[in-house]
Amino acid sequence: MPRTGRIARRTFLVGSALVGGGLAFGIWRYLTPGPNPLKAGLKAGQAALTPYVLIAPGGITVIAPRAAMGQGAQSALALLLAEEMDLDWDRVAVAHGPPSATYYNGAVLAEGLPFAPTDRSTQAELAREAGDVLAKFLGLQITGGSSSIPDGFDKMRRAGAAARAVMLQAAAARSGQPLEALRTGASAVILPGGGRIPYTALIAEAAGIDPPADPPLKPRGDWRLIGREVPRKGMVARSTGTELYGIDMVLPGMAYATVRRAPQLGAGVDRIDMTRARAARGVRKVVEIPGGFAVIADNTWRAFQAADLVEVTWAPAAYPATTEAMFAEVAGSFTADRRDSRFTDVGDVDAMLRQDVPGEARGKEGGGQEGAVQQGELIAAEYRAPYLAHAPMEPMNATAWLKDGHLTIWAGCQVPLYAASAAAKAAGVPPEAVTLHVLPMGGSFGRRLEDDFIAQAAQVARAVPGVPVKMTWSREEDMTHDFCRPLGMARGRGRVARGKVVAMDLAIAAPSTTASQMGRLGLPSVGPDTAIVAGAWDQPFAIPARRVTGYRVPEMAPVSSWRSVGASLNGFFHEGVMAELIHAAGADPLAERLRLVDDDASRRVLEAVGELSAWGRADLPKGWGRGLAFTLSFGVPVAEVVDVEATAAGIALRRVYIAANLGVVVDPRNVEAQMTGGAIWGLGHAMGAEITFDGGAIEQGNFDSYPFLRINQCPVFHTRALEMGDRVHGIGEPCVPPAAPALAAAIFAATGKRLRQMPFSKEVDFA
Amino acid sequence: MRLIVNGTTHEVDAEDRMPLLWVLRDILGLHGTKYGCGIAQCGACTVWLGGEAVRSCQTALGDVDQPVTTIEGLGAPGALHAVQQAWVTHQVAQCGYCQSGQIMQAAALLAATPAPTDSEIDDAMQGNLCRCGTYPRIRAAIHAAAAKLKEG
Repeated sequence: MPRTGRIARRTFLVGSALVGGGLAFGIWRYLTPGPNPLKAGLKAGQAALTPYVLIAPGGITVIAPRAAMGQGAQSALALLLAEEMDLDWDRVAVAHGPPSATYYNGAVLAEGLPFAPTDRSTQAELAREAGDVLAKFLGLQITGGSSSIPDGFDKMRRAGAAARAVMLQAAAARSGQPLEALRTGASAVILPGGGRIPYTALIAEAAGIDPPADPPLKPRGDWRLIGREVPRKGMVARSTGTELYGIDMVLPGMAYATVRRAPQLGAGVDRIDMTRARAARGVRKVVEIPGGFAVIADNTWRAFQAADLVEVTWAPAAYPATTEAMFAEVAGSFTADRRDSRFTDVGDVDAMLRQDVPGEARGKEGGGQEGAVQQGELIAAEYRAPYLAHAPMEPMNATAWLKDGHLTIWAGCQVPLYAASAAAKAAGVPPEAVTLHVLPMGGSFGRRLEDDFIAQAAQVARAVPGVPVKMTWSREEDMTHDFCRPLGMARGRGRVARGKVVAMDLAIAAPSTTASQMGRLGLPSVGPDTAIVAGAWDQPFAIPARRVTGYRVPEMAPVSSWRSVGASLNGFFHEGVMAELIHAAGADPLAERLRLVDDDASRRVLEAVGELSAWGRADLPKGWGRGLAFTLSFGVPVAEVVDVEATAAGIALRRVYIAANLGVVVDPRNVEAQMTGGAIWGLGHAMGAEITFDGGAIEQGNFDSYPFLRINQCPVFHTRALEMGDRVHGIGEPCVPPAAPALAAAIFAATGKRLRQMPFSKEVDFA
Repeated sequence: MRLIVNGTTHEVDAEDRMPLLWVLRDILGLHGTKYGCGIAQCGACTVWLGGEAVRSCQTALGDVDQPVTTIEGLGAPGALHAVQQAWVTHQVAQCGYCQSGQIMQAAALLAATPAPTDSEIDDAMQGNLCRCGTYPRIRAAIHAAAAKLKEG
């Protein structure tokens, strides 16, 4: 790996708190296990063996305290516990459980560290451990960053093993048999004679037994659930319309509300007249809330209708009013005073990129394209990526009930403790007077890392004390009030010589998602934001002269984490420039990456995608083109090959091959689904989606103006998940970043057109 | 206004122009049919009017002149329709939010075209958006359901 800079002289962001500051709280608290949040809510006859196992006469519930938003993490976490506890998988129930600091996520901060995933130095490992400590101090119960499995892999298995040990002790006490003579299987303790005591019959004995702190775990060879094709939880509910999402919440006497806020994000109301809305059928109340107004009615549709009758003038936005002006701000940010990071600076890049250094050029593309300046063997290109909306299929919603000074909320949420605290503030009640029930989500993709809509529901509930109220956003409100994936630009330069890539200089400018998010939480942000350069600075390619510089663009519109975060832009930027360099060198895209790669798992992933796609051996039909890209993000190296066909109707996506290394594949069918789904996410947005601003407002309001890949555009997939190395990784995000550059490379191969800005529909048509 | 939904007759007091989607969800309490876009762009609200798959967000209550079938009327957790069974077997769903609409659309396709080709599947299903990207498994599940229905 390239040297990653001088950590001692840098501060850096991890959740915007300094690791050093976090450590000062004292190591003793870190070593003390968190209290068991299940104890408070136990009903008669139930036992909470650990914070993760609730056992009742009717069955066993595994607490998988991460949000269910389609990524399959809850089921996989429960599977890990069920493996060690020897549960009968078909009869295991899974629940999110109550929000609690006990359920902190110790892995989520790792991606924000200025250490490449491939960096296993003592310094890097200490920083990761410090991230875990800090997450515990912050009580950071959060679902995101593809971290549920890395965080839960040991935690859930240990919880299962500890619960199993309690069951064994309870059965020994009950049966009078020695512990060593007992075995477990299918949610029961098995006695020497073959008799069985179901776990659910041991509740009384178990209640008095403390679980062991560090129980032994099964050797891998004994796994019977992990890595097997077991049924994912929730499939029947999600195939019968019986899953209860936040938007489906119903309470007796419930009112239905919607809100409208200033389309100029963060602005407020200038003038408002609610008279007509108040007179509309079914309307109970129309009230101002911070930044807008709420309509409370007797059904959602009447609330939507009445909201259209409110006459309102909004204040102007505090940021540039148009996309053009915003991109001008980005373009003007490649300056010394906005330089945010240079984590990678290998070799003498400046010397290598001087005009007068002799070199050799081969196989250069035709010139004349906008953005491309060719200077002999030097390559220079400018890349762009737009703002993007999360737009999960289920629009933002939350149900809130303020009754006798207590606020109860039901909502989909990735940050339940932060959300509960925001809701308390919004409703004017103390934090301990809030109960938040986290419900399954119809997608999220990072959107519900924000708690704006939950605070709003609390504000609405405050207007009708004693009445439960479900607040639902219209799709238009959802899309125009997103915290977008930031826009960004990259300027890449490089040199090729003797058929090889010898120098690459990538400058990236984008607003900081971390600073924007932390600002909303009222937390300071110090030091560089790795998200600005993630997926670029940390790539495992030993180009002799190599530099990645991040520039921080002022915030402008608020921005947030969008599936794969910084790598969603930078995978495209890095691999786009890489593709141009390899092409200029006249080298083979796979062979040249294999020559440069300096990480074993990454090499194997590249080789695997080569095998899968029969790279170099496939006889593509006329008019077809094949592209390859690679991104290492969230610790997962991913290589994707895309085959397209240039048809009369436009570019058609035909086949996609994906290889990734996860360390351990916990749930293979879900892993495949995340690999294909991640690639579709990357492809679908690269093809046609962008969020643009005019008058300070987002111009796209619905899926007609914010298109996404449809089934008739969907290619055929071939995937391979590798299990190399000693670390377990998550797969929700890493397959997103290489999809766009692989598609761009395929389109270049098919048509000769080099795409340097997303969405590609600006320059090519898709079938 | 009289409405037959999943074989049950309801008297509904609502505006003629109220979309069937919201009548189902907020008045009749049938939440399996989902709100995704409100402008017939995503298909999450797909139900059957008679035997035809329609977008309930664009079907005014006053225009409902045939019995309505929703996902709850197609099958239930203990009694899955062949399409639902194929969805479960193939583990189609990710977040699952769009799947009620996908399944209603797919079941209507199979009623009209018992053995659809990939291209017929693509034609019939392209109005149903899935942002999780479950399309490859939707194709596979429709083929499997078609085979199952053919067996009887």
